[in-house]
Amino acid sequence: MKRIYADRKYIIIGFFLLIGLLYLARLFYVQILVDKYILSANNNVLRYVTQYPARGLVFDRYGKLLVYNEAAYDLMVIPRQVKNPDTSVLCNLIGISKKEFVNRLQKARNYSPYRPSIFEAQITRDNYGFLEEKLFLFQGFYVQPRTLRKYTYPVAAHTFGYIGEAGPDVIEKNPYYRAGDYIGINGIEKSYEEILRGKKGMKIRVFDVLNRDKGSFRDGKYDTTSVAGTDLYSSLDAELQEYGELLMTNKKGSIVAIEPQTGEILCVVTSPSYDPNLLAGNIRKKNYTKLLQDTVFVPLFNRALMAIYPPGSTFKLVDALVGQQEGVLFPETRYGCPGGFPLGNGKMVGCHPHPSPLDLNGAIQVSCNTYFCRVFKTIIEKKTYGNTRQAYENWRKEVMSFGLGKKLGIDIPGELNGNIPTPAYYDRYHGVNRWRAMTIISLAIGQGEIGITPIQLANLSALISNRGWFYTPHLIRAIGKTDSLNKAFGTKHKALVDERYFDVVIEGMANVVTGGTGVIARIDSITVGGKTGTAQNPHGKNHSIFLAFAPVQNTRIAVSVVVENSGYGSAWAAPIASLIIEKYLNRSVKRKDLEERMINGNLINGKLENEGRQGNILPD
Amino acid sequence: MRDDKGIFYRIDWVLVGLYLALVFIGWLNIYASVYNETHNHILDLSQKYGKQLIFIIAALFLALGILIIDPKFFSQFAWFIYGFFLFLLVLVIFSGREISGSRGWFAIGGFGIQPAEFAKMATVLALAKYLSALDVSIARFRSLVIASAIILIPAVIVLLQHDTGSAIVFLTLVIVLYRAGLTGFIPLAFILFPILGVLALVLPKLMMAGVLLVAAGIFYLFSNKRFHSVVLISLVFLGSVGFVFSVDYSVNHILQPHQRNRIHVLLGQDIDLKGAGYNVNQSLIAIGSGRFFGKGFLQGTQTKYNFVPEQSTDFIFCTIGEEWGFVGSALLLLLYLGLFTRIILRAERQRSRFSRFYGYGLASILFFHFAINTGMTLGLVPVIGIPLPFISYGGSSLWAFTILFFIFIRQDSYRYDLV
Repeated sequence: MKRIYADRKYIIIGFFLLIGLLYLARLFYVQILVDKYILSANNNVLRYVTQYPARGLVFDRYGKLLVYNEAAYDLMVIPRQVKNPDTSVLCNLIGISKKEFVNRLQKARNYSPYRPSIFEAQITRDNYGFLEEKLFLFQGFYVQPRTLRKYTYPVAAHTFGYIGEAGPDVIEKNPYYRAGDYIGINGIEKSYEEILRGKKGMKIRVFDVLNRDKGSFRDGKYDTTSVAGTDLYSSLDAELQEYGELLMTNKKGSIVAIEPQTGEILCVVTSPSYDPNLLAGNIRKKNYTKLLQDTVFVPLFNRALMAIYPPGSTFKLVDALVGQQEGVLFPETRYGCPGGFPLGNGKMVGCHPHPSPLDLNGAIQVSCNTYFCRVFKTIIEKKTYGNTRQAYENWRKEVMSFGLGKKLGIDIPGELNGNIPTPAYYDRYHGVNRWRAMTIISLAIGQGEIGITPIQLANLSALISNRGWFYTPHLIRAIGKTDSLNKAFGTKHKALVDERYFDVVIEGMANVVTGGTGVIARIDSITVGGKTGTAQNPHGKNHSIFLAFAPVQNTRIAVSVVVENSGYGSAWAAPIASLIIEKYLNRSVKRKDLEERMINGNLINGKLENEGRQGNILPD
Repeated sequence: MRDDKGIFYRIDWVLVGLYLALVFIGWLNIYASVYNETHNHILDLSQKYGKQLIFIIAALFLALGILIIDPKFFSQFAWFIYGFFLFLLVLVIFSGREISGSRGWFAIGGFGIQPAEFAKMATVLALAKYLSALDVSIARFRSLVIASAIILIPAVIVLLQHDTGSAIVFLTLVIVLYRAGLTGFIPLAFILFPILGVLALVLPKLMMAGVLLVAAGIFYLFSNKRFHSVVLISLVFLGSVGFVFSVDYSVNHILQPHQRNRIHVLLGQDIDLKGAGYNVNQSLIAIGSGRFFGKGFLQGTQTKYNFVPEQSTDFIFCTIGEEWGFVGSALLLLLYLGLFTRIILRAERQRSRFSRFYGYGLASILFFHFAINTGMTLGLVPVIGIPLPFISYGGSSLWAFTILFFIFIRQDSYRYDLV
């Protein structure tokens, strides 16, 4: 048999080998040359499950729990596993419409049919109870535990701030955050975010194609555990804070109390405020919008840090101190008061009737406008400075050394500078060399362009009681343990006025309360130093201001109170400051009548009943 | 006569060894692809590896049975066997069970039997039988028509079962015809036309026509006298151009939607990885993630967690690629290439034309399955659901391949008996 075509075996074998070689090359390419397949493989099966740590707690200065975490639940959905559930039942359970249900499911499906999406965020424990009973009915839905911030006292909302999901801008800037993570958005939650948040952990789980959990990856070798957030010990006195907010019911304004020796803030009240629980959890967005839209009460505005008021007569204390330091004023300096300070153009800065002439102590006690206009004039016209501008510049430097007109740097965001006008401002306003002491004389009595914030005012009080120094006011006294003090606030700031000049001012302030414009602030068992102030307000009734500290010796509390549109400083601010002092030092208030009158006073909607005139001594 | 030493001294143990190795590799990877800690007993009959073990044992008995049958039986009963399976192929259309769209299964107890798998063996037998007849020469038109009919009749019936993949397999027997003397242009056309078709879908058609014209001109000028026929060259040229212009229409109007999608996926024109492209993409991910040494036995994540569909049957090569890496996959490729080469070389040594053509038929069928199956998992060939010989899960395919294979071993073992 002739085998004519036998050689064709080579062609056939050659063809087989050619294909084999081609496949071998392809294998080499797919398995060794390119990386994308191994990356996709990990992406396919590995899920990085974040372990959220518990956020740090916040305690008050006596160890009372202020801010804590409560379990909340995110309802998750895996669209592919959803099997025609009885939608109406689920809709009722979480309170959404059928249309919304379909929308959300579609949104989740668009993200991924296989991977979980949040269907309803932060369901509270109470609502979860109902849901849990029925959840087995809904395939493809499950809950993932999260935490919800809770507040023991419904107070100090601005101080605590709130948390929310990290937005895209944050995620882009900071690699720690992923979509769905919480971040502090305001207050302590924001400024102590890195301490409070702890450290996220990561569990790597293996999932199959139907997204079923198949256990941990390599027996958890690459897993990391989460580290709980660090607790914070606030300087706040929860009871005092609560009491302060109670006193400010139906009033616009603020109360700031500081422990002078340490700069620890004892309470910081802004009114009107809101319950911090309103901005926790899934109700936050809705409530936030509501609060934001409230233009009558402006509850989101933190007056204690952001409202800028002319300090009024409280600023005379600064005049007294700077004047002495400049050597143009002595305790025994006397100026007569002819019922006002003539401005030379026929007008005058008016003053109320009081004995005349007065020395420095007496001028503080009765808050004589004439006296302090003269003091201010002598400072600015002091010969050694050559010209007004230089004298003013020096005056401004000394004033700002009291912590006025610039951010103090307290440990929550939002603080504003206030304003001690620059010489350049007056140059622009009046023209270079065209302003004199008399042009800006209203600064002497804390009016005009000058503006300071309530926290600066409280700090001024603390500074005076300390005779010339202060620690930056702060809200967090210790981190982690009660005795590990917050290191950021250990620097003593000194005013540019010597200690010895404070005695007469403190004495004058004590007299203000014992027999001056602030007698209403008197407390039988406690010596109090204070100073009234009335900030003129071009838009309406004057703001009532009071600045105080107590006891006069070994002071433990310094307070500023501002009550907007309520008249003289003695009318509302002084009694409120006095009640705060009594509450803090005695832990209870004996003057129930005064307390009740203050709490019930409605200065927002109601009629003003008390104009604040006490006896024959007029306020200021 | 060398018969005295008995059958086990005369069979080709290299081929049998390759067979056993592939079957073992297959079982191991089926085990890996469905491995589950809660069911890990190898004889667990609720699991595929348990069933496959039963199939393998049965296959070994079948092999043994074939080895003790008189080798002349197969050539003498070739037509009968062919007719019997044609009958079954028709029968299954009417009384079979429908599995994933094709009507090709007989339900016997809990198992399904797919006659198309066995029909390949029957067709190879019949073709070898026909071509071995002394009065048959493929150069004659009549013989060519009959030989083609032997191949095409079962292919068409299988096509009627909506099992396109199995139907195409029959066409691979053109290699046997080529060995029997068919002009090389026909098998060449079998290779060139799919390539031409792919190019027609990708490249502009007028450019293709231009290239074909130049190719025809070159062929006319440089080929030897035998093909120097202007008419023939013109016909081929016109046919090719017609083909190029009709491919688009065929793909978009004649093919089934899922087949059309597979072609688009292959050409990279469909990147819907959750739809038609899913299988191939997942398959590449599994193989690609194996890297050089693989992830290790039972460590494959893609196949174990069911990302790759049909992983124990059509996509079994993914498990191998993922768990055994480039080393394991290349070794398997070499095992197959060794098997094919060995079969061809043994076939050439046959004294009987029947045995030789049978050997070529066997090699062609095995090679085609191998090339399509692995090519598909590597994203080189459209997704056509045919098993990887000896390795893929499934009783019908394993038994059919075993019978196909051992008939050749049996023929080979008595080649010296023929004068």
